[in-house]
Amino acid sequence: MASFSKTAGRWFHQLGSPKWFYQKSVKWLPWLWISCLALFAFGLYYSLWASPVDYQQGNSVRIMYIHVPTAVLSMVAYLAMAVCAVIGMVWKMKMSFMAMRALAPIGAAFTLICLFTGSLWGIPTWGTWWEWDARMTSELVLLFLYLGFIALHSSFSDRTKADNAAAILAIVGAINIPIIYGSVKWWNTLHQAYSVTKKGAIDPQMQTPLFIMIAAFYVLFIILVIIRLRLEIMNREAKAKWLQQEVGLGQESNAGANG
Amino acid sequence: MKAHRKKKLITILSSLVLLSTAVGLLLYAIGDYADAFYEPRRVVNGDAPLNKTIRVGGLVTTGSVKRSKDSLYVEFDITDNEEVITITFDKSLPDLFREGQGIMAEGKLVDRKTLKATKVLAKHDEKYMPPEIAETLKKSHKDGVKKMEQQGEKQKGRY
Repeated sequence: MASFSKTAGRWFHQLGSPKWFYQKSVKWLPWLWISCLALFAFGLYYSLWASPVDYQQGNSVRIMYIHVPTAVLSMVAYLAMAVCAVIGMVWKMKMSFMAMRALAPIGAAFTLICLFTGSLWGIPTWGTWWEWDARMTSELVLLFLYLGFIALHSSFSDRTKADNAAAILAIVGAINIPIIYGSVKWWNTLHQAYSVTKKGAIDPQMQTPLFIMIAAFYVLFIILVIIRLRLEIMNREAKAKWLQQEVGLGQESNAGANG
Repeated sequence: MKAHRKKKLITILSSLVLLSTAVGLLLYAIGDYADAFYEPRRVVNGDAPLNKTIRVGGLVTTGSVKRSKDSLYVEFDITDNEEVITITFDKSLPDLFREGQGIMAEGKLVDRKTLKATKVLAKHDEKYMPPEIAETLKKSHKDGVKKMEQQGEKQKGRY
């Protein structure tokens, strides 16, 4: 137990250091890209070609292999943002606010893809592209929360104020996540009830490619977060010496970079 | 954890709990109105207004679907197992539309027995499977029902 908290503590400290993260993450990226491309190549072949059609929906069921992973990540990204917001507010950790800001547009993009593919899927199967049912409305609210977060953060010229105000929005908005998840159970929605987390609802021949696609999107998500977080570090630590050395600004150009 | 951090964390968490309670109550109150539609029984009774866009939900009666040969026009009956009303529709039906399946039709009532729909929605259950497996399941279900019926026949004498 003691060694666990020690390891956790070390991780916490290392992740809290922009320098450590910036130097290490550049080494992670190639491996992540390789596994991401491999997972997508296999996952797309399996889901779009090798998996069977659905007995009711035919080929439209293949939209699921994009829709479900993006839906999962749209919620995971928001939860991650809220956790970063809490850590940033309580422990004043620099990196967590950077990560929070890096996450927002990525989460918004996944939410948008989720809504768009959902609409595309709804037209042939349900007979409508939009319905104000609880699941769809709450997912739309999620998109607005992301956009609100981005707008709020960029409306302050003072970065500390921006971080704190946006963090409150991130924390308050997190209430929406369990609502999205529970919506199909609590209300009578046009959207179907749980199938991914329900055992036996999805045939194994479709479940396997779905899980591969979820894994592929997860890795893509991690890559995007790392890239944006590195940019955020460059932005905020522009005056730090280690970063100037890192990007190849020598002593002679130091004055110019600071000036 | 330092005292001021602990205090801040507690403040954040307790306000989150309060806020979620408020939102939860609000949603609980909305709950019943969120999916308002009329059953065929209430349409026939006269609860549903004429000349106003309403929604009617029910099961598609087996054998009631009549399709036009040269257009998309279709007529079918839906029921709540008490009353039956006829739906007319002239656009393409969703893939999940089946006899025996629950659907929701949006449109205006022509009379107490007929709804001219502008939208027909079909809900999906949470099951996904290939056609062959669905076929096998259907067959084994039928066999199972037959078996039960046979057993029922045998048991009848005992009562």
